[in-house]
Amino acid sequence: MDVLNGREWTKPLPDPDPVAAPFWEAAGEGRLLYQECPACGHRQFYPRAVCTACGADPRWAEASGRGAVHTYTIVRQYGAPPFRDELPYVVAVIDLEEGVRMLGNVTDCPVDEVRVGMAVEAYAVAAAPGVGIPFWRPRAVR
Amino acid sequence: MAPRDPVIVGIGLSDYPKAPQLSAVQHHAQAMQRALADSGLEKSEIDGYCTAGGMAAGDDPVTMAEYLGIRHRYIDGTMVGGSSFEFHVQHAAAAIREGLCDTVLVTYGSDYLSRMGRSLGTGGFGRGRRIAGPPQFEAPYGNSLVGSYALVARRHMHEYGTTSEQLAEIAVGVREYAGLNPQALYRDPITVADVIGSRMIADPLHKLDCCVISDGGGAVLLTTAERARDLRQPPVAVLGSAGGMTHWNISQMGDYTTSAAAACAPEAFARAGLTPDDVDTIQFYDSFTITVLLLLEDAGFCKKGEGGAYVAEGHLRRGGRLPLNTDGGGLSSCHPGMRGIFLLIEAVRQLRGQAGPAQVPDCEVALAIGSGGWLSCIGAVLLGPGGA
Repeated sequence: MDVLNGREWTKPLPDPDPVAAPFWEAAGEGRLLYQECPACGHRQFYPRAVCTACGADPRWAEASGRGAVHTYTIVRQYGAPPFRDELPYVVAVIDLEEGVRMLGNVTDCPVDEVRVGMAVEAYAVAAAPGVGIPFWRPRAVR
Repeated sequence: MAPRDPVIVGIGLSDYPKAPQLSAVQHHAQAMQRALADSGLEKSEIDGYCTAGGMAAGDDPVTMAEYLGIRHRYIDGTMVGGSSFEFHVQHAAAAIREGLCDTVLVTYGSDYLSRMGRSLGTGGFGRGRRIAGPPQFEAPYGNSLVGSYALVARRHMHEYGTTSEQLAEIAVGVREYAGLNPQALYRDPITVADVIGSRMIADPLHKLDCCVISDGGGAVLLTTAERARDLRQPPVAVLGSAGGMTHWNISQMGDYTTSAAAACAPEAFARAGLTPDDVDTIQFYDSFTITVLLLLEDAGFCKKGEGGAYVAEGHLRRGGRLPLNTDGGGLSSCHPGMRGIFLLIEAVRQLRGQAGPAQVPDCEVALAIGSGGWLSCIGAVLLGPGGA
């Protein structure tokens, strides 16, 4: 996925433990990761120290960055900056092609054009050293 | 009833919906005093205690037990959000039956409106914060509490064609009951058009799809059927209860149109030997209109996806077959952050026949379902007459 560098980041940042840190580092390098269990094949996100299906140690896998909107909302009221200054914006649950889900923002289109099922692709914003934050934008489907 | 069958014998509400003179712990204390007076129990008889606060806020179970002066043999600090009190009743009933204790006090208190204003639903993480744990995967995106429920409402609309007008019916019906409660925060009648025309907070949820923010507190006293015989009020039996959870963070919900009530409500009905047809009133956590719709479907009052049409037929209104939130609910009367205890208190008032102009005729079975978090942790409690 594309990584946008040089943007000022004022939103909340992750405070990752050793399990979560590789996700943010990889996103900063343009790779979108999820976890897959070598024992049972279960795929999961967010990353954890255990497979939620069988309890084994999960491993990282790389996603294509392609997905679709499972559900969404247009946030029109929020109390705290900087979100308050960006209203309205879209918060969506994204179905990744690999079968896991991520919460995120759909950007780069008018908020009232977002639909359930809309095809999207991931990009990342470099937010801090070793931290890329994934976002989603509409994807042309052939 | 068997001698150790658990029954509710006392209820108390602290001052609401606005009580700037009371701190959160004072709400707990006042509600306890009123529940004791209601029941006729002596405070010294309480040997079990449940509450749902936290160490950071200073209203955790051990601090509150010390503050209130409870010498407990049994204590439960289950904290699963607004439904914690339904879980407390489930646990307290089992503890009484088992003989771990005889008389359990459950309390809640909050000064949210007076202390924090109306920031609960649309506040959240702000500039430059560092967020640890699972919320770090959601915090960068500016979702709000209302937004989490909006994700559920949007998916339900997509899958089943549910409309904003159908959701609005829920708010209109609850407001009608609020008009009968002199203490309710908002009492003027509203229409479906008023709800649809109110400001959009997080599509598709409008301002009037959202609960109010208030101050308030409550207390419930449970004891054995044997002890209840010479107390002041007709006892109310805990006929069946169950709880469960599907997720905590909203990104983990899985099926965005189904809550844990789909599993735990049938379990509570089975324990009670009852079915949805037996229920005379529902006291459901109405944090948002969509919350009620999911709980209604999941508890089996209609099929999944048919909640919108069911609500539009008026069943939940005053005079309908299944009156909802007869105290004016969280949508219009009282929501200090965690509403679950008020569901139990209103159910008891109905079963005692003490609900005044909001009384449901011949009310013999009430179902309280609390929802904690973001439709995450659901607790269901069936209550009925506990005499003889």
